[in-house]
Amino acid sequence: MGKIVKVSGPVIDGEDIKNAKMFDVVRVGDMGLVGEIIRIVGNVATIQVYEDTSGIKPGEPIVNTELPLSVELGPGLLTSIYDGIQRPLDVLRTMSGDFISRGLTAPALNRKKKWNFTPLVKKGDQVSSGTILGEVQETDLIKHKVMVPPGVSGTVGSISKGDFTVDEDIGILKTGGKSVPIKMMQTWPVRQSRKVLGKLPPTEPLITGQRVIDSLFPVAKGGTVAVPGPFGSGKTVVQHQLSKWADSDIVVYVGCGERGNEMTEILTTFPELLDPKSGKPLMERTVLIANTSNMPVAAREASIYTGISIAEYYRDMGYNIALMADSTSRWAEALREISGRLEEMPGEEGYPAYLGRRLSEFYERSGFAIVTSPEKRKGSITLVGAVSPPGGDISEPVSQNTLRVTRVFWALDASLASRRHFPSINWLNSYSLYKNDLVPWYSKNVAEDWNKIYSEAMSILQKESELQEIVQLVGYDALPEREKSVLDIARMIREDFLQQSAFDDIDTYCSLGKQYSMLKSIVVLGRKQEKAIERGNNMDAIQRLPSRGKISRMKEIKEADVKSFFDSLWKEMDSDFSQIMGGEQVAAN
Amino acid sequence: MNRLPQINYKTISQITGPLLFVEEVPNASYNELVQINLENGETRIGQVLETRRGMAVIQVFGSTTGMNTTETSVRFSGSTARIQVSDDMLGRIFNGFASPIDGGTPISGEKVDIVGNAINPYSREEPSEFIQTGISTIDGMNTLVRGQKLPLFSASGLPHNELAAQIAKQAKVVGKDESFAVVFGAMGITSEEANYFINQFTETGAISRAVLFLNISSDPSMERIILPRAALTAAEYLAYEKEMHILVILSDMTNYCEALREISSAREEVPGRRGYPGYMYTDLSTIYERAGKIKGRNGSITQIPILTMPGDDRTHPIPDLTGYITEGQIAMSRDLQRNGIYPPIDVLPSLSRLMNQGIGPSRTREDHRGVSDQLYSAYATGKDLRSLSAIVGEEALGKTDKMYLAFAESFEKRFVNQGRNEDRTIEQTLDLGWELLSALPEQEMKRVKKDHVAKYGKWNK
Repeated sequence: MGKIVKVSGPVIDGEDIKNAKMFDVVRVGDMGLVGEIIRIVGNVATIQVYEDTSGIKPGEPIVNTELPLSVELGPGLLTSIYDGIQRPLDVLRTMSGDFISRGLTAPALNRKKKWNFTPLVKKGDQVSSGTILGEVQETDLIKHKVMVPPGVSGTVGSISKGDFTVDEDIGILKTGGKSVPIKMMQTWPVRQSRKVLGKLPPTEPLITGQRVIDSLFPVAKGGTVAVPGPFGSGKTVVQHQLSKWADSDIVVYVGCGERGNEMTEILTTFPELLDPKSGKPLMERTVLIANTSNMPVAAREASIYTGISIAEYYRDMGYNIALMADSTSRWAEALREISGRLEEMPGEEGYPAYLGRRLSEFYERSGFAIVTSPEKRKGSITLVGAVSPPGGDISEPVSQNTLRVTRVFWALDASLASRRHFPSINWLNSYSLYKNDLVPWYSKNVAEDWNKIYSEAMSILQKESELQEIVQLVGYDALPEREKSVLDIARMIREDFLQQSAFDDIDTYCSLGKQYSMLKSIVVLGRKQEKAIERGNNMDAIQRLPSRGKISRMKEIKEADVKSFFDSLWKEMDSDFSQIMGGEQVAAN
Repeated sequence: MNRLPQINYKTISQITGPLLFVEEVPNASYNELVQINLENGETRIGQVLETRRGMAVIQVFGSTTGMNTTETSVRFSGSTARIQVSDDMLGRIFNGFASPIDGGTPISGEKVDIVGNAINPYSREEPSEFIQTGISTIDGMNTLVRGQKLPLFSASGLPHNELAAQIAKQAKVVGKDESFAVVFGAMGITSEEANYFINQFTETGAISRAVLFLNISSDPSMERIILPRAALTAAEYLAYEKEMHILVILSDMTNYCEALREISSAREEVPGRRGYPGYMYTDLSTIYERAGKIKGRNGSITQIPILTMPGDDRTHPIPDLTGYITEGQIAMSRDLQRNGIYPPIDVLPSLSRLMNQGIGPSRTREDHRGVSDQLYSAYATGKDLRSLSAIVGEEALGKTDKMYLAFAESFEKRFVNQGRNEDRTIEQTLDLGWELLSALPEQEMKRVKKDHVAKYGKWNK
């Protein structure tokens, strides 16, 4: 048995550990704390410990499990809440009370619960990695597909229908002359990505119901997003909104080194929120990983790998997954802290030199993929990573390394947040490289002229920022009427379209159809105003038109009333403008 | 567990900075507390920083003056830092190690480890009870709820102590009569400031429901690292064992972080930004995250840490890391202070993340969210116009813009500004908000619901 020789915070040295291999999970000390071997020199292994090491002393035992850090995959993951190393927090609570004590272990998947399994293959069928053997209705929303684990193939020897626990045999697989029992549960080492047959270019947007995202900076299913922003700029609200409303099949939310009360908010609100499509509680498609900031730092490092491994497992079933990581900066800090304890040579700002590689490896696990399966199923993982740059300055290493590998950038802006413009995504600095790939989809599924409306709106916003510099010099009143109209329309886009309240029952989700109608109303109003001004009207007169008042109430319209509301709005706009322009014509004659 | 604590090790081989290297120690445990006995009879306290077979590295709390490698001895306590807690602590004053410094008898009670385990996120209850502080800018715009951690971002020369004392005095949950207490932890503050708080607590009689932990600026800076943890351990005992609602005020977190940096540099660790250790975020979170509410327990811990931003710089690592952990912040502004406004709270950079859970019908009032958003956007517009009019002159502004300009002025003079003893109810605050908004045209009210305008609005019809 191994023995501890040195303790320094979360990093300990142990000697004579049996069969010590890199990244083996070990149990440390009399309390049996969970740790992982991260360096071997001679017969001394360095271990990062996932729990607080206070009170641990040299001479205490170390036991090697001889397994890498792994997750358990199978029915029961959905609706669960885990810590960074996949210990179920609800079970820990029954074991140790309201505070997490050390050295606890609990299986990630409930070993007693029976699941009703329906086979989809029969005796004698040839199966290989990824073949769907059968199904389990995991929650009302999701059918769990029980698959042949990666790297296994053979002939089905037997398979049975009925109620089983995750580790009971549901059948037998004959492979290479051996008989292997089939179970619903499989395990997977978290640091390794699950292989796919290939990746495809993303073609479909992830619809989030958030106007600034869907209309201006969309992300494709299988895409990657970086959300950097200083504190208080609404990163977490954006992440929460996405996990509530995004049209992915499954959401994995990794609270990595963030606030405990935020996880509680998800735990209390998600079971009450209903999925807009199915009307079932959102919790039924959600897996939560909660490693709050005060929980051990090494487990924080592991938490995003735990999350992505679970996401990959569901992707392999053919589902679309959205994974939110809040925040990758805390993960990077955990990496830095451990690297410091290992006395590695620091790179930029004390982060280890391999920070960039680790980040890109993580983001590379996203994508729209052909998963390993005989019928070449498709599934996707969309990765949304929040970044918390110190002082909001994104020139720091974590933001920069993230921006290099992500294709969408939602720039959260503190000055927008401080005036309560939410979501505070800056429309001038943000970008989406999927925009062009997705134009065909939008033209086909939303409206033919979607791209035209979008481009017009963006150019108005761009124009506004130029005009504002002029206003700073000469004052608003000195502007020509035409320019005043541009400012007026830009303000409407900002206030009546981009601003969206996450806390309002109706406004929290906005369908693509409604988004299109809203933006179109404003853009068309802009065109009309321009024409009216050409005919000699001034902004004072235009601002008195009654139909304009309706635009500021567009957000409050229920989805059911969208068509009738906008039909009447557009009619009113037509009649308002024909009146003032007709009046001008009469006066001119 | 205890292995021969009576043995004194006289085997110090090296003293560097605040670190002692002790040899021939069988096996010291990590983070264990030690007592260091000097030749002249003095004793100091230290903690095991690193332990190897036969060797321990000890961090001394306080100075190493007078220590040597021949006569100084070290005694290992066999346990990590623990304090004794009981409800007799109320009304008493302690140092950072929770030893009484008010001349009273020591506390006897349960011994508790000061490094508390993390609350299981699954056990947390969502904070949702509105705390009325009587301060309009907090209650109306950045509502505090029970179980929240809401720091005051201040700077030297600003009245954060007055504000903290006023909040401690006025804070209550409306319509409920529950046992409430204040735990006050002072780290490295001046004795004048300490006296101010003691007097404030004594004058108002609040001392009987307060526990004070004091470490003044001349006390060892290492004690500042222990103090907030001792204070929170006492708070947790009172909250979760005695079912009290505890308001923890920690002042000044900047001094705490300075102490952390001092220790880190003595340990020769790789420094992060501005010399602060890379683990400062994690370290601060183990203090701030001890705020909260737990399902099925009656008590709660609400935290108001105070920090003075060096150079009024919000991006300095101390306010920056704090802001990433806490649920919002109350920002104080020197400009408002110069204009004679008390409390000089600038609402624009302030935020309460848990506000939404604490307001609305049955908690405060149905129009709260709308009024607050409307006041925010109107004040932001007014302030923008103020800087614009400084360049182009007020005459160049449109008619509505002039109204916004006047609104910003009256908002600061009447809504932000209030007396040091003025305790406004939430209704008074919201009604005052409507009154000020009525100086703007009614059609500008885009953030409030139409029926709320009709019900609470003060426009003449």
